[in-house]
Amino acid sequence: MSNGAGNRQNEPFARVVKRAELSTGKIVLLRLAAVALSLIAGGIFIACVGQNPFVIYGTIISGAVRSVMAFQGTVKVMIPLLVTSLGVTLAFKMKFWNIGGEGQIIFGATCATFFALFCSGMNHVLLIIVMFLAGFIGGGLWGLLPAIFKVKYNTNETLFTLMLNYIALHIVSYLRDGPWMDPGSQGFPKIARFDKNASLDKLFGIQFGWLIALLLVVIIFVYIKYTKQGYEISVVGESQDTARYAGMNVKKIVLRTMFLSGGICGMAGMLQATGSDITLTTSVAGGVGFTAIIIAWLAQLNPFSILLVSFLFSVLEKGSSVVQSNYGLSTDCADVLQGIILFFILGCEFFIRYRFLFRKKEGTK
Amino acid sequence: MSMLIKFLVAAVGAGTPLLFGTVGEILTEKTGHLNLGVEGMMSIGACIGFMAGYYTDNFFIAILAGAAAGALGALIYAVLTVTFMANQNVTGLTLTIFGIGFANFIGIFVLSKSPEGTLKLPEKITAAMRGGNIPALSKLPVVGELLFSYSPFVYIGIAIAVACAWYLNHTKAGLSLKAVGENPGAADAAGIKVTSVKYRNIIFGGAICGIGGVYCAMIINGGVWISNNVGGLGWIAVALVIFANWQPAYAIWGSFIFGALRVLKYYIPQSVLPFPIAFYDMLPFLITALVLVISSMRKSGRINLPAALGLNYFREER
Repeated sequence: MSNGAGNRQNEPFARVVKRAELSTGKIVLLRLAAVALSLIAGGIFIACVGQNPFVIYGTIISGAVRSVMAFQGTVKVMIPLLVTSLGVTLAFKMKFWNIGGEGQIIFGATCATFFALFCSGMNHVLLIIVMFLAGFIGGGLWGLLPAIFKVKYNTNETLFTLMLNYIALHIVSYLRDGPWMDPGSQGFPKIARFDKNASLDKLFGIQFGWLIALLLVVIIFVYIKYTKQGYEISVVGESQDTARYAGMNVKKIVLRTMFLSGGICGMAGMLQATGSDITLTTSVAGGVGFTAIIIAWLAQLNPFSILLVSFLFSVLEKGSSVVQSNYGLSTDCADVLQGIILFFILGCEFFIRYRFLFRKKEGTK
Repeated sequence: MSMLIKFLVAAVGAGTPLLFGTVGEILTEKTGHLNLGVEGMMSIGACIGFMAGYYTDNFFIAILAGAAAGALGALIYAVLTVTFMANQNVTGLTLTIFGIGFANFIGIFVLSKSPEGTLKLPEKITAAMRGGNIPALSKLPVVGELLFSYSPFVYIGIAIAVACAWYLNHTKAGLSLKAVGENPGAADAAGIKVTSVKYRNIIFGGAICGIGGVYCAMIINGGVWISNNVGGLGWIAVALVIFANWQPAYAIWGSFIFGALRVLKYYIPQSVLPFPIAFYDMLPFLITALVLVISSMRKSGRINLPAALGLNYFREER
């Protein structure tokens, strides 16, 4: 394209160019501005349904942290979100679009439930460990399946993991309606409440999954940043050709990482079933698998940022249940706000990497 | 025999929302953008279309409102992925979460304001949606029931699919669209306005998805609003795009086959095939997964997957 002055009119009104790297401070500032804008947009939405946005935002925050009990509730919401976000992070780092967190949670929980229902006589500590492993392996296998087809036939993992979500869901509804139906429920299709022996212990009034989740943050951080396997994941994510050229076994790395990713999601399912629900229901995942993807993305796949973002999302979810009881707005409000926040963050990422160049007026150059 | 006819009629009905979602997503994917927000756009369309029908009692206003709402959802996606070059997977997923949340939220909000405690569509629009009122033709034996007994949605859906097939394969605009999806750089060099082609088709695709949502809200539950009324159909539509090999014409029979799978459980007596209900519910997803695997194994043969699918186009990097 000619840059001659005569062609000025043919130049587009605005075009996009890459910008030089921004300083960290500026990037943080831009993101904060995006969050602020999204809160304003969310506020307009709240105002449109006839509520005062300041009051609603205030209620969300105070509803989540106003008392010890509320805070415990918030942490309870956070456990599966945090663990699942860490799980999908491994896959995303590899640019493997695991949107099957939902199914991996469900299948992990299902495998753990088997032991809770049929081996509840076991020694308590042993039983918990067995259930933990069952959840991990179950979720891992559910994640491994699409990875096998990906490396073998290049099957689209986004769609395959998605289908597996629904397949896992209907496995649970089959078990609930048939083989695992609670005999004491008089024909009402539900799975029995777990024996006390098969439910997770509490620590400071919350199921001890929170401790596991926190440990996992550190473990995943170290795994990604300081281990050979973590490095391999990043290289495969950047460029499979580079990885192959460097002599890495890409197939093995993809399979291993997806097993871990699915396994961690499965663990989240086990924690939710045995620690919070104390039974298995079809809503054991309840959208956590999808929200986790958003959290992982917002946090730029950094485990410590994931901890922060998943806490904020839990505040939003827990707080919106208080909003529901106080102001009659449904908890779906949390999803709407999450969506708006992410729309703005996604938009803001553009301004970090690019900028608009506007057409100059005639004769200014 | 009459059982078979009933089954086929039910299959077409159950496949219709899938048809809208699939055709809408085919147009979107042909631009090279994988929009995972079909479920969200359908939900937004469902909500706005239903509310428009509820308040105006006019079938066409409802459809137009649903289409406009779906288009608006797609516009958000287009701004973020085309102009701002955001990650397509994450943007689409966000659109889905936002759309479902928005629809449920508005639904419950309007519900809480309604004096009856339920949201049921008024008489006139219900009659307009009901099928079998084509003079003379609907009364024919067998043929009347098989071909002329449906709700107007079915005919609108087929008409849109046929029109899109013609648009893609026989018009200059359709050719430009395919060029953009295959190689945006080359299309740009050939003088095609890539950005405008992308915007137009993504938004148009969203509008079609929105109409599918209106079907979900108005027909599936007999005209009563419930939360989550799209219920995963948008996701099946995303998968059906592959099943239909990115051809709107194939989408017609593809979605009717999937519709048949969805209603199979009501027509096969337990005494014949003692499968649990959950198995039938799983079937569409199971078969989609199989189709995915088989179509990826089949290296040869014509697969119409747009070459640039999933890649954002940055003009200065071509």
